[in-house]
Amino acid sequence: MDPLLDVIDLHVQFRTLRGIVRALRGVFLRVYPEEVLALVGETGSGKTVTGLSILRLLDPSAEITKGEIIFQGKDLLLLPEKEMLKIRGKDITMIFQEPKAALNPVMRVGDQIAEALIEHEEITKREARERVLEYLTLVGLPDPERIYKMYPHEMSGGMAQRIVIAMALIHNPKLVIADEPTSSLDVTIQAQIIDLIKDLVRKTGASSIFITHDLGVAAELADRIEVMYAGKAVEVGDIWEIFERPLHPYTEGLLKAIPKLGDKGELFSIEGEIPSLLKQINGCAFAPRCPYAEDKCFSEEPPLVDVGGGHLVACHLRVGQ
Amino acid sequence: MSIKDFLRGFRDFLTSEDTKFTLILFRRNFLNIVGTAIILLLVFTAIFAPVLSPYDPIAQNMDERLAPPSWKHILGTDQLGRDILSRVIWGSRISLLIAVVVVSISLLIGLFLGTISGYFGGWIDEIIMRLTDMFMAFPRLILALAVAAALGPGIFNTMMAISFVSWPLYARLARATALQIRNETYIEAARAIGASTARIIFRHLVPMTLPPILIQATLDMGGTILTAAGLGFLGLGVQPPTPEWGVMVSDGRRFITEQWWVSTFPGLAILLATFGFNLIGDGLRDIMDVRAKR
Repeated sequence: MDPLLDVIDLHVQFRTLRGIVRALRGVFLRVYPEEVLALVGETGSGKTVTGLSILRLLDPSAEITKGEIIFQGKDLLLLPEKEMLKIRGKDITMIFQEPKAALNPVMRVGDQIAEALIEHEEITKREARERVLEYLTLVGLPDPERIYKMYPHEMSGGMAQRIVIAMALIHNPKLVIADEPTSSLDVTIQAQIIDLIKDLVRKTGASSIFITHDLGVAAELADRIEVMYAGKAVEVGDIWEIFERPLHPYTEGLLKAIPKLGDKGELFSIEGEIPSLLKQINGCAFAPRCPYAEDKCFSEEPPLVDVGGGHLVACHLRVGQ
Repeated sequence: MSIKDFLRGFRDFLTSEDTKFTLILFRRNFLNIVGTAIILLLVFTAIFAPVLSPYDPIAQNMDERLAPPSWKHILGTDQLGRDILSRVIWGSRISLLIAVVVVSISLLIGLFLGTISGYFGGWIDEIIMRLTDMFMAFPRLILALAVAAALGPGIFNTMMAISFVSWPLYARLARATALQIRNETYIEAARAIGASTARIIFRHLVPMTLPPILIQATLDMGGTILTAAGLGFLGLGVQPPTPEWGVMVSDGRRFITEQWWVSTFPGLAILLATFGFNLIGDGLRDIMDVRAKR
C-alpha cells in the first residue's frame, strides 16, 4: 500500500543566539491511509517540529536544509505558498496542545469554525453556520446553538478542545496532526478527548499523526508507533510489536519507566539527559545514556533498518541479531 | 441579514451582560459622566447650530462692534460687530469636523501600517518604524505648522496637515500589539486552517489592536482640536470669516486688556471640548484595562 505521507530524511535547523540548533537530523516518517501513527519522544526530540514542518508552519528562524515531504505524490516542500494555503486546513490539519490558546479570545467560537469553512469553500454564511452546528453536535457538545455564540473564556479546556477538533475535522481532512491534544487537560477529560479523536478519525477515514510523550496514550489509540530521540526516529513499528518486543535500548527504557500498579520502590528512569542539539553529534545520539553502548556506537551513526514486518530500528547492537 | 435581524442583534447587544457591565464601569466614574455630558453638549450644539445661534455668525454690524456681554449679545461682539455666541456655536461644527476627520484618517493609516509592520517584521518593519521615528522627532504642532504652511491655509489643508503628522502614534500602538499577538497560538492555528495573511491581519490582528488605539483616538480628539485652533490662531489654518475658535482667539488678541470677551469665550470653548474628550479617553482606558477589576 502506498503511504499517504512520506517524510524522507528531513533536516531542520534553527538559527539561535547560541548557535545553530539541529532540531531534526534526518527524520523518516510514513503514514498510511486510515491509520493512526503515534509520534513519541521526550520534550525537544523534534516531534512538534516534524508536525509543523509537514504543514510548513515553521518559525522564520527555522530552515529546512534537506529532505522531502511527499503527500499524495507531491513534495510539499516544493509547492508555492499559494498551493500550500489550499492544503492547510483542508487536506492536512492540526490540533494544538493548548486548546484555549488556539482560539481567538475575541471571536465567537462558532464564527471561528465557520472561518475554516469560508476559507476553503464557496459557501454562504447560512450554510457555513448549518455545517458548524452539525459538527458541534458531532464532537459531542450539547446545545450547539448556544455553544456557537460562546467565547473561548466561557468554556472549559475540554470544551475548547472539542471546538478545536471540530475546526480541524470540518473539511474531512486526509491527515490530522494532533500535537499533544490532551496534555493540558484533566485526566478524566483526556480519556474522553482521546476516544473522540479516535472515533472521528476512524469515522471520516482520515489518517492521523498523534504526537505525545505519553506511551499510555499512544497505546490507547495508535496503530503504529514511531519513537524519536534527539531529532531522529530510533524505532518504528506496529504498536503491539513495539510494546512486546522493543529493540532500541531507548524504547526499552521508556517502557520500563511506565509505572505499574503494585510496583514498589523507586521508579525506573533513564540515566543522563538529552544531548545538546547545538553540537554536532557523532555516532548514535543515545550512546552516552545507553547501558549496552560499545565503541562503534560513539563513532558510527546507526541507520534505520527494517528488521522484518515493518519494524524499523536504528541501533548497531540490535540489528542482525 | 434583514433589518429585523440587525435590530434584534442590536437589542441583544444593548441588553447583554457585557454591555451592562461596561456601562456600570463607565458610570462608576464621575468624571466620565462629566466628559460625556460635555461632548454630548458639543455634538448637540454642532448639529443644531442654525437653530441655537441667535445671529448670523458672519454678519457684520459696525454699529455694535466690541460690545460687552449684554442681554442682546450674551457673550458680546467682536471687532466687526459679529455676535460671539453665534460664532462660538458655529465654531463647534468646524472643530468637531476637523477632529473626527483627522482622527479617522490618521487612525486608519496608522492601524494599517502598524499591523503590517508588526506582523511581517524584518525590513518592512524597519522602514515603517524609521519613518515614524522621523515624524515623532518633531513636536506635532511644529510639524503640522510646516506642512500647513507648505500646503497653504484652508480647512481641507488643515485636516491633511494634522492627519499627516498624527498617524505615527497609531502605527506605533498597533505595531506593539501586533508584535505581541502574532506569536499567539491562535494565529498559528489560523494559519494551520489555511487562513491567508490578509485574513489573519484583518480578522485576528486588527480587532486586538483596537482597544489601545480607540483610547488614543479619543484623547487625540482633544489634541486635534487644540492643534487646529493653534494653526487657526497662527493664520495657517481655517481662514476668516469662517467662525473657527483659534481664529477667534487670535482676532481678540489686540483687545485682550480692554475687550476681554472677544478671546476668552472661544478660548473657553477650546478648553471645554479638549477637556471633555480627555475625560472620556481616560474613562475608556480604565474600562478597557484588562487588569481592571470586573
